[in-house]
Amino acid sequence: MNSTGRSILPVVGNGGAREPTAASVARRDAWLRRLPLLPAFLYVVLVTQVPFVLTIYYSLFSWNLLKPGSFKFSGLDNYTRLVTDESLRTALVNTVVLTVSVIAISVVLGLAVASLLNSEVFGKGLMRTLMIAPFLIMPTAGALIWKDTLLNPLFGLLPNLLTPFGLGRVDWVNRFPMAMVVVVEVWRWTPFMMLIILAGLQSQNPEILEAARVDGANALQAFRRITLPLVRPFIELGALLGSLFVVQTFDSIYMLTYGGPGEDTTNLPFLLYIVAFQGFSIGQASAIGVVAVIITTVVATFALRTLFSIFQVEARR
Amino acid sequence: MVSTRSKVLWSVVGWLVVIVFFFPVLWMWLEGLKTEPQAASSPPTIFFVPTLAEFQEVLSGDFPPFFINSAIASIGSTLLVLILGLPAAYALAIRPVKRTRDVLFFFISTRFLPFAASLVPLYLLARDLKLLDNIFALVLIYTTINLPLGVWLLRSFLLEIPNDLFEAARVDGAGFRHEILRIVVPLIAPGLAATSLICLIFSWNEFFYAVNFTSSVAATAPIFLVGFISGRGLFYAKLAAAATLASLPVLLAGWIAQKQLIRGLTMGAVK
Repeated sequence: MNSTGRSILPVVGNGGAREPTAASVARRDAWLRRLPLLPAFLYVVLVTQVPFVLTIYYSLFSWNLLKPGSFKFSGLDNYTRLVTDESLRTALVNTVVLTVSVIAISVVLGLAVASLLNSEVFGKGLMRTLMIAPFLIMPTAGALIWKDTLLNPLFGLLPNLLTPFGLGRVDWVNRFPMAMVVVVEVWRWTPFMMLIILAGLQSQNPEILEAARVDGANALQAFRRITLPLVRPFIELGALLGSLFVVQTFDSIYMLTYGGPGEDTTNLPFLLYIVAFQGFSIGQASAIGVVAVIITTVVATFALRTLFSIFQVEARR
Repeated sequence: MVSTRSKVLWSVVGWLVVIVFFFPVLWMWLEGLKTEPQAASSPPTIFFVPTLAEFQEVLSGDFPPFFINSAIASIGSTLLVLILGLPAAYALAIRPVKRTRDVLFFFISTRFLPFAASLVPLYLLARDLKLLDNIFALVLIYTTINLPLGVWLLRSFLLEIPNDLFEAARVDGAGFRHEILRIVVPLIAPGLAATSLICLIFSWNEFFYAVNFTSSVAATAPIFLVGFISGRGLFYAKLAAAATLASLPVLLAGWIAQKQLIRGLTMGAVK
């Protein structure tokens, strides 16, 4: 143990010239174990926890960066204003609508595509490769391509293709803004779900399915009774990790609709952006931040529980 | 057994679905290879002679500085994640500290803390330190975003190394640093690669901080694309070429390292 520590911590727990006691050796060992952890730990505390405390602090002040000298204590004013504010309620509803529909649709599609890729089909490898492209494409680039080259009412491909059906020249993004944001996000997150669910499907023992079939179960029964319970944790993991990302959706809203028309597609992150960087209301933005943290913590707690249960399943193998 | 007929049927269905999902990417490439009038024609041009003119236009114009900023932010933050994350992962996997689970939980909870939590103070700090529109600020922020993922991923790779190896090194009197360099690093090279890949993906594509913390000097590739949103009229071919170029590094990295992708995205939970 001494040789391990000499180069790093020469004198920890060694009281002068006395022989180290068992307790001091143990303490020293504990510190040696912690030492490699400290840089990362301190960094994360410094850049996330300290600012969060400051966010709570700022949320108790009325402060606008554009008005010098406006910094003054206002108690819970920012919060009471949030409660009565239409914008926050709209943003909350939009966030929930966006997150729930994107996750629900992309889980179902992801499960379907994963099942296809797990069955006997031609060109599995290439299918998988092409399928993950939407997830890898830069979100701002993806949203721009959808908006300008696919959905644009004049030059976009879709309105042109739909003209024979009497649906030409529909301004999709303006008429169905939320639906279009959902479409673009589903396009992006289905591959993510597919990857995770496919990993679950591939971990299943094909002999069990074969045995079920021999026992007279049809494909649907086998899927419901055997496959689904097995991939359920993977679906949960995908849905929960995915929702933590989708709750934060900003890029595609910024590029597609800029939160509009009106506030139709303004979600929580976009509202924060508007309040903090268009209005420069530091106090109000901080209060929104605190509310967002509370909501996310609830979702994240479930996500982490799932993550740990999967780790434990892995460990048992 | 699966009959040939059902295999053909499911292949057709599968390929249709895949083509629908891949189509926007393909369309982006095609539009980039057109001339401006072709890209903005109605009905759309299907048959055309591909030209690299718009790619050359983008590359010889004002795009390269954005691209370089993205590279600095991504590579810089990835290196920092590895430097800070590897020792931490070691402390959580090989010689675990007490309450390892709590520490892990803490790290990952910070990854999912919404950016709303720390945005305002970080912005004010960056402003006061004159770090706004400085690529160094993005390096530090992307390090924060990716460090929790990095620690979890690296830990999951370290856990796969048999503990005997470390014991043997310790008995031989190998020092801590020696242990890290000679044993850990070669064995977790695939882990380092997977971690770098995930960090690169998230930092290369990041937009929220980039748009709020930079304006011109330090602006990254996604910011370049913002310029196409409005007022630029009919620049679809250029837009598509720029979008293709901006997306290329992550697309290639993700395709090359498909195996690592799933593990990275689930922080090591799914292998």
